[in-house]
Amino acid sequence: MTVLLVVVAGVLWACGTYLVLGRQLSRIIIGIGLLGHGVNVLLVLAGGGGGTPAFVGGDPAQFTDPLPQAFVLTAIVITFGVIAFLLALAYRSWLVTSDDEVEDDVEDRRIAREAEGIAEMGAEA
Amino acid sequence: MTPLVTLPMLLPLLAAAVSIGFGSFRIVQRLISVVTLSGTATISAFLLSRVDREGQVVVQVGGWSAPIGITLVADRLAAIMLLVASLMLLAVLLFAIGQPGAETHHTGFHPVYLILASGIALAFLTGDLFNLFVAFEVTLMASYVLITLGGRADQVRSGMTYVVISLLASNLFLLALAFIYAATGTVNLADLSSRIADLPDGLRSGLAVLLIVVFGVKAAIFPLFFWLPDSYPTAPTPVTAVFAGLLTKVGVYAIIRSQTLLFPPDTQPGNLLLVVAGLTMVVGVFGAITQNDIKRILSFHIVSQIGYMIMGLGLFTLAGLAGAVFYIIHHIVVKTTLFLVAGLVEQRAGTGQLARLSGLARFEPTLAVLFLVPALSLAGIPPFSGFVAKLALIGAGIGAGQYVIVAVSLVVSLLTLFSMIKIWSNAFWGLMGVGDAPLARAASRRSRALMTGSTVALAGLSMAIVLWAGPLYALSERTAQDLMDTRPYVDTVLGS
Repeated sequence: MTVLLVVVAGVLWACGTYLVLGRQLSRIIIGIGLLGHGVNVLLVLAGGGGGTPAFVGGDPAQFTDPLPQAFVLTAIVITFGVIAFLLALAYRSWLVTSDDEVEDDVEDRRIAREAEGIAEMGAEA
Repeated sequence: MTPLVTLPMLLPLLAAAVSIGFGSFRIVQRLISVVTLSGTATISAFLLSRVDREGQVVVQVGGWSAPIGITLVADRLAAIMLLVASLMLLAVLLFAIGQPGAETHHTGFHPVYLILASGIALAFLTGDLFNLFVAFEVTLMASYVLITLGGRADQVRSGMTYVVISLLASNLFLLALAFIYAATGTVNLADLSSRIADLPDGLRSGLAVLLIVVFGVKAAIFPLFFWLPDSYPTAPTPVTAVFAGLLTKVGVYAIIRSQTLLFPPDTQPGNLLLVVAGLTMVVGVFGAITQNDIKRILSFHIVSQIGYMIMGLGLFTLAGLAGAVFYIIHHIVVKTTLFLVAGLVEQRAGTGQLARLSGLARFEPTLAVLFLVPALSLAGIPPFSGFVAKLALIGAGIGAGQYVIVAVSLVVSLLTLFSMIKIWSNAFWGLMGVGDAPLARAASRRSRALMTGSTVALAGLSMAIVLWAGPLYALSERTAQDLMDTRPYVDTVLGS
């Protein structure tokens, strides 16, 4: 079971990383979501093996560690909020630029062009 | 003593909730924010004086004792950071109220700004790693909203970069948390400090480096800084000023806290930190030299300056850490001031592009002086605060025998001065008027008074750092003492 979960987390991270590296916002958002799920699976794993449900009676020594589950719950809520915000931002980006690509930084491009120009002048001289 | 520690975090949060209710009454919102942040600043001052006299104050929230419950700890470092941060938040708030723009046009500005204040306070005060994650998220969520407040195309673009990078760093942080919990079974910092010492060496160094990467993204150290100069300049001035002064320093605080408390001195990645520090300084300042926009130049300088703080930590001597703490205090004040001045320039001339600015010194002599004080301070020219801070760090570097990093930091200071001169000679000197830029519509008298007033106050504060450099350095040294000898911290947290 543990190995299976580790593999699941690994696959989620691989897919997430691939999607985040793209330029389309919708893909990036899905990628971020997958990364979040991957971490959540790992967090559950961090609590160790399974046991009886915590806090509902029974032997405390047999309990599943409840703390990582609390972590995961917090993390899920936070990821949910942030992804909602990201979607709003992507929608705004679509309204303003009418596509959902992450665009180049204009000022950055300008300075890079200047640098290329200087290099060319150097080569000509 | 419970309220003194919890209030800096709870007060702004509560005020934010009230503030949303008064969305259509801007005057009430302003009143709430100013009163709250003044209150927070006063409380932080009391907290600092108490902590300095009597040692750490620990609060176990909800009465659950240390390793299980949520712990808030105020030690000297946390209290200093809290005080400086609340002073900055207050000054920038006054600037924002004066500036026509972000604050006036958006109902959300005040509540979100207060939530940002609350998140920053929690990040400084928390005594447990998972809570630090929550504090980061609260701060970041507020910062996402603030950075995209205008909703313009360039803001959305740069906001997107910022949000995605921050989210990746948060995911990595959670990953680090999962590893740490799996290895030790706790996330309480004091508890971790003893349990991590028992782990095998390889695992320990792995965790140390993973945490440096996570916090390094927030602190914008080399090679994790690329998002910063892209995203900061497009936000409204007050927002950029607060981010520049405080957000990266929350990352630096987290690095210092985790490295000193969690990892014993023999596993300190000291040389790695020194190399990273040197590269951060050099790459940051070269980036600044290439830029042609005031805010972008200043943004690259944030990166460059972070290097000095990491250098102090990397030396890992008493003098080095004291220098780093002193440098952080100086840097927060000076950097915030510089961005406010950049905002004033943009307000007056309608642009921050150096090519389109000229002769501001003739039309706005006050503004010129206001720029010169923090600019020379940033470069480390005596008698400004940057000189004292850099002297402390360089002294520590020579004391530790790390001559390479000392040489690098001196050269970077010169280059910093060079890029400040670039701004000065392009924007402030010259015979022309303000260039071909259309004059921004004249702001009202009251708004000018508020904007200039808050900037003058901050410039004055940076001069005050020089005047009281002695006591302040002594305080930094006591703080460094705390950081070197963590036993009192651990005992207070676990004992009570």
